[in-house]
Amino acid sequence: MMQSGNRAFLSGNAAIARGAWEAGVRFASAYPGTPSTEILEYCGTYDEIDAQWSVNEKTAMETVIGACYAGARSLCAQKHVGLNVAADPFFTVSYTGVNAGLVIVSADDPGMHSSQNEQDNRFYARMAKMPLFEPSNSQEAKDMTVAAIKMSEEYDTPVMLRCTTRISHSEGIVELKERAQAPERQFERKMEKYCVLPHNARKLHVKVEERLEKLAKVGSDCEWNRIEDGDKKVGIISSGISYSYAREVFPDAAFLKLGFTNPLPTELIKKFAQMVETLIVIEENDPFIETEVRAMGIKCIGKDKIPVCGELNPDIIHASLAEFVTRKTPETIEKTKEEIPVRPPVLCPGCPHRGVFFVLRKLDCTVTGDIGCYSLGAFAPHNAMHTIVCMGASVTNALGIEKAMKEKIHGKLVAVLGESTFIHSGITGLIDTVYNKGRHVTMVLDNSITAMTGHQPNPANGKTLKGQDTKTLDLEAMAKACGVTNVHTVDPFDLKQVEATLKTALNDEEPSVIIARRPCFLLKNYKPEIKLVSINRDKCVKCGICWKLGCPAIEVSPEDGRTVINATLCVHCGLCAAVCRPGAITQEKGE
Amino acid sequence: MTTNILLCGVGGQGTLLASNLLAECAMEAGNDVKKSEIHGMAQRGGSVVSHVRFGEKIDSPVIRKGECDILLAFEQLEALRWSEFLRPNGLVICNAQNILPMSVSAGNAVYPKNILEKLGSLSIETISVDAIGKAKELGNQKCLNVVLLGVLARKLTNIDKDIWPKMIEKRVPAKFLELNKKAFESGWNLI
Repeated sequence: MMQSGNRAFLSGNAAIARGAWEAGVRFASAYPGTPSTEILEYCGTYDEIDAQWSVNEKTAMETVIGACYAGARSLCAQKHVGLNVAADPFFTVSYTGVNAGLVIVSADDPGMHSSQNEQDNRFYARMAKMPLFEPSNSQEAKDMTVAAIKMSEEYDTPVMLRCTTRISHSEGIVELKERAQAPERQFERKMEKYCVLPHNARKLHVKVEERLEKLAKVGSDCEWNRIEDGDKKVGIISSGISYSYAREVFPDAAFLKLGFTNPLPTELIKKFAQMVETLIVIEENDPFIETEVRAMGIKCIGKDKIPVCGELNPDIIHASLAEFVTRKTPETIEKTKEEIPVRPPVLCPGCPHRGVFFVLRKLDCTVTGDIGCYSLGAFAPHNAMHTIVCMGASVTNALGIEKAMKEKIHGKLVAVLGESTFIHSGITGLIDTVYNKGRHVTMVLDNSITAMTGHQPNPANGKTLKGQDTKTLDLEAMAKACGVTNVHTVDPFDLKQVEATLKTALNDEEPSVIIARRPCFLLKNYKPEIKLVSINRDKCVKCGICWKLGCPAIEVSPEDGRTVINATLCVHCGLCAAVCRPGAITQEKGE
Repeated sequence: MTTNILLCGVGGQGTLLASNLLAECAMEAGNDVKKSEIHGMAQRGGSVVSHVRFGEKIDSPVIRKGECDILLAFEQLEALRWSEFLRPNGLVICNAQNILPMSVSAGNAVYPKNILEKLGSLSIETISVDAIGKAKELGNQKCLNVVLLGVLARKLTNIDKDIWPKMIEKRVPAKFLELNKKAFESGWNLI
């Protein structure tokens, strides 16, 4: 953390972790997921916070609930779709309430920079009847985390803090404070509070409704919801990052800036609506605030002009509300007419997943995919995936395909997922597959790390978030325990072995598991044996087989159409030498 | 007065560290600062961009099209891609390096020719520097980002020169400190 005096330049995620520390949080848990991942990584940098990676969002939330019942101020964090996984305990902890403060962070991803949908998780707070904070910069991210813990204890409720990618991954200056001392709280047996048997839950639901009524009054008179004076021709209601954008576009307008958005401050909204000539609600994705404003009988402009799909920015807000904007549109330069080739992310040079996709494509398999770096296997030139739905879905999607297609798909069907995703929610699918007599092959790509989100340890690599040694999960034994008899282990750099093993497994009458094991090439402690790759370009016949590897280090020469190896990118993994038919690319032992 | 700087390049080139350093120097110079970038999907080889804004008070962390004062491009194609954010008479500082995207290396797309000329034809000022050559000369390609920061620093009149090495010292590990200080100086002297 870059700190000067009591000020630091922090991302929203770092600010949330700092807020947790200042609020006296002792325990934090999460499963990694962009854009939320760094919250727990930063929590882990504080000695006073016991921070851990759970195996999925549901176990993270359940652990955090246990910790807060037992007296530790706690935090759990997840990306928006992670809250779907944790939804079961999420709804019920709203009923039980807390003992020590509990803050639940949801980091949504408008624009789907790194996600499969752009669900607006503010609706979760409304549905679970939980208080909701929406920070619009790093300072607020920190302050609201502190406020959330306080409110949690005061109203006996978990509190949700919802940020978005642009809050999590933007940085700003934050004033720092000292850590608060949390009072000692004992874990007491309170069957009527902590055991949600129907008999108790009915009473708890009544308490939830009473709590919501009290909280409804808080919003109209709190520091997080404020009227900002300005030109009253146009009045703007906004929250989160949209507020920061709207401020740029309407520097002189009157604003109702909302930071505490469930329950909504109806009195304040009515007051503001009466003050201004035209009311505009500016929010990203769904009309969470707007729908309620309209339900109150107040006329406003909102999603009739502002797009629902995609991330907002000042330019989009300006363009959709041009008739109300008094600021001039910035003058732009002429746009280049040049076709600019896209530059999407690709599997890195040396990635252990590359060879697996090459073989799957070669054998023309039907592949159900999953969430991780290997999702990139869906793109050209791999073109090796037929489905990607959510974490763990590869295994059970494959089972469903078998149920629909029966014999027609036998011998062709492979589910592909990483070891972290397998542990997250693939194991249950594998048991389901065995139990329900599925026969497809499940390939676990074990690269010893949760790579996509930036290298977090997981149970298969024997390290905790804090870097301590722990037991390593034996994936082969796990597969066998699920009831799979045919469990194989292969080196994904050994293409012949991968192909031969896949052929055997595909023809088995029982389900098989193949564990393709080789560390992510970017792992700092991974030191593979280097064998120098070189190309004799005279021997290249432009057959194009090496291009199918989709390696960034392999280029086609614009001059003669033959392969060129980019020496600055090549890491000498040797896959191209293994596939080169005319023997133009070779690999030999070097230093 | 708000200064808006967009840094763009290819994943792995060190744009993120450069944008952190820039933001911290701007903060040290007494500004309000906001910075925004997107990281997610495997970064290597993808197009990356960071927005850095500083001045008296900054609301939005992202730069509007037509309001970017300086585009610090680590790669030529990326310079062209993000040039539309520049204001008329804005400045692009471009590292003279081409990194082929996968679509080009696989022969499915063409890497535009004469990018510098094309940038020159827009109503902006273009400075091309061989920062990658300078970094190689210093013995480590990885200091490319600090060489480019040196070039940028020369053009930024609102951050004092002595702030830069001070912040580099805070951020860079001891064993790379000398290299990075040299990289900064040689960037400063490139133009």
